[in-house]
Amino acid sequence: MAASRSTEPRFSATFDRYTISEIQRAAATGIYDIRGGGAKRRVPHFDDLLFLGASVSRYPLEGYREKCGTDVVLGSRFAKKPIHLKTPVTIAGMSFGALSSTAKEALGRGASVVGTSTTTGDGGMTNEERTHSSTLVYQYLPSRYGMNPDDLRRADAIEIVVGQGAKPGGGGMLLGQKISKRVAEMRTLPEGIDQRSASRHPDWTGPDDLEIKIEELREITDWEKPIYVKVGASRPYYDTALAVKAGADVVVIDGMQGGTAATQEVFIENVGIPTLAAVRPAVEALQELGMHRKVQLIISGGIRNGADVAKALALGADAVAIGTAALIALGDNNPALESEYNKLGTTAGAYDDWHEGLDPAGITTQDPELAKRLDPVAGGRRLANFLSVLTLEAQTIARACGKSHVHNLEPEDLVALTVEAAAIARVPLVGTNWIPGRDRY
Amino acid sequence: MPMIDLDRQTVRELNAALHRLAPDTNETLWEVTNSDGKHAIGAGVDAPIEIHIKGHVGYYCAGMNKQASICIHGNAGTGVAENMMSGVVHVMGDASQSAGATGHGGLLIVDGDAAARCGISMKGIDIIVKGSIGAMSAFMAQAGNLVVLGDAGEALGDSIYEATIFVRGKVRSLGADCIEKPMAKEDRARLAELLRRAGVEDGDLDEFRMYGSARRLYNFHIDNIASY
Repeated sequence: MAASRSTEPRFSATFDRYTISEIQRAAATGIYDIRGGGAKRRVPHFDDLLFLGASVSRYPLEGYREKCGTDVVLGSRFAKKPIHLKTPVTIAGMSFGALSSTAKEALGRGASVVGTSTTTGDGGMTNEERTHSSTLVYQYLPSRYGMNPDDLRRADAIEIVVGQGAKPGGGGMLLGQKISKRVAEMRTLPEGIDQRSASRHPDWTGPDDLEIKIEELREITDWEKPIYVKVGASRPYYDTALAVKAGADVVVIDGMQGGTAATQEVFIENVGIPTLAAVRPAVEALQELGMHRKVQLIISGGIRNGADVAKALALGADAVAIGTAALIALGDNNPALESEYNKLGTTAGAYDDWHEGLDPAGITTQDPELAKRLDPVAGGRRLANFLSVLTLEAQTIARACGKSHVHNLEPEDLVALTVEAAAIARVPLVGTNWIPGRDRY
Repeated sequence: MPMIDLDRQTVRELNAALHRLAPDTNETLWEVTNSDGKHAIGAGVDAPIEIHIKGHVGYYCAGMNKQASICIHGNAGTGVAENMMSGVVHVMGDASQSAGATGHGGLLIVDGDAAARCGISMKGIDIIVKGSIGAMSAFMAQAGNLVVLGDAGEALGDSIYEATIFVRGKVRSLGADCIEKPMAKEDRARLAELLRRAGVEDGDLDEFRMYGSARRLYNFHIDNIASY
C-alpha cells in the first residue's frame, strides 16, 4: 500500500473552531456577540480543591445521626431585623424581565420551602415574587427601575448592587424583544425598545458617598433591614474593606462565572476574576478589620453542588448564592427540549441566548405562551429538591471533617490539586505543606 | 407645631417620628432647625404634611418623598428629593448634583442653581430650576419635565428617553440622541402650568426652547455606533 501523501487536517489551538466562527460572525454582522450566562472558559475553581476529611487527628461526626447545623444569620451588624436562613444557599438576583413571571414565582416557591431567600433584579419587585418568597432581598440598582419606598419597606433586606461578576463595570441590557407591556410599565420605558441599565449609580460615586447612601436607606426603612453591598469580583480585598467602611451588613462578591441576562461575550470572558480568587482576599479584609462573621460574606458565581458550597464556607464565606444552577434546576437547558434548541441553532447544555426571549423552557422569556411551559409549582419543587441536596451535601462533607456546623469548616480542611489553586485559595498543594505565594519551598 | 432641633435630637429620631405619622395626623406643620448639612433629613416621609427645614441640608434630603411638602430654607446637598414619588420639595437656595435623580413623581423646585446631573434618570418627576443647571443633566431621563429658567451645561439630555426639557437660556451642548423639538400647543400648556406651580410669574413661553429624544438610539443599530 502506498504511503499517504497528505497529513490529517490540523486545527489551530489559537484559531479554534469557535474562534473562527466568531470572527466570521463578527465580519458578517458588524456587532459584538451578546449572550447570557457567565464565563465559560476554564478557570481555577472549587473543583481544584479537595477536603481532607477526618483522620487520626480529626474526629468525624456520624452521618444522619449527629447534628450539623446549616443556618445562617445575615445582617446582624446594624439591622434591627436581621434575616435568619435555614441553609447558607441563597438565590441570587435575577430580574422579572430577564426571567418570566412563572420563573420568578418558581424561584420564590422553591426557596421558601427550604427556608432561604430570593432576590429581585433590575426592574423592580413583582407581587408574585413578594407573595411566594418568604424572605425577599430587594436590589437597589443604578437604573432604579421600579424603585419605591413601599417596596423597600416590604422587603426583608436591601442589596445595593455595585456590579456583578459577569460584567464588573458594565451596565445592564435587556433587548427590545423582551420589553413587554408589563416590563415596560415597571421600568417607565416605551414598550419594545432596548433597555439599558446604567453602569454607575446616579446619585453617588465612591465609598464616602456610599456610606451616606446606606445611611439614607437605613433612615427610610427605620434601620430595620439588613443592607448588602454586591460587587463583581475584581478587587475583592479593597471592595470588601470599603463596603465594610461604608456600613454594609453583608458583602456579596460575585465571580466571573456568575451569570447575566445579556452582555457582550467579550466582556463576560475577559473582565473580572474567578470566584475562587475572590474569596480569600475578601475574607482577609474582613479579618483585618475584625469584622469576619460580624459582616457576613456571600459568595456567588459557579456554585453547582454541595462541595462548592462547603468549599466556599471553608474558605471563610458565610453563605453562597446561586443563579445559573437555580435556572437549570427549574428546567433550563433540559435535554428533553433538544429539538427546540436545535431550531435555535444550539444544543441543550450550551443554550445561552437568554436575551432573545425565545427560551423553550419558558424561563428567560416574556412570551406568555413560552412562559406557560414552566409550571411554577413543579419548578419550585425541583428547585427545593436541588437546594436540599446542596445543603445535605455540604452537611455530609462538614460531618466528615468533624464539624457540628457548616460554618466550622476552615481552610485547614482543604488542599489544592493545582499550584494555581493552592496559591489562589491559600491552602497547601496536595501532598505537600506548600502554599505558593506564602511559603518558600 | 412640632419643632425639632437637630442639635438636641438626631436625624434618626426626626425621621422615625415622621414615619410614625398616621395618614390623618393633625401634626401637619413641622419645623426643623440646626440642620447644618446633616444627611437624609426627611427621607422616606409618607404623609400629607408640610416640613420647613431652616438651614442647609446634606445629601438625600427628602429622599423618596411621598405626599409631603418639604421646604429647605437654604442649600441642598447631593441627591435632594432623589427618587421622589409625589409631593413637593422646594429648595430656596442652590442644589448640588443629582437633584431629583430617578424621581418618579412630584415637583422639585430649586430657586437657585442646580449642579451636574440634575434630573438624571428621572422617571416622571417635574423639576423646575430657576437658575442654571450643570453638565449631564437629564442623562437617561425617562419621563417627566425639567424646566430651566437659566442656562444648561454640557451634554444636556444625553441618551434621553421620553422626558421633556424646557430651557430659557443657553444650552452649552446637547447629549447623544437629544434634539430640539417644536413646541406644540399642549407642550406650551404643560410648561405654563409648571411655571404657575413654581410661582414663576415672568415666564414668557416664547423664550423657552424644548428638547427631547430623537429616538434614534432606542434599538441598537450598528450604523449609530458613533453616537455611543
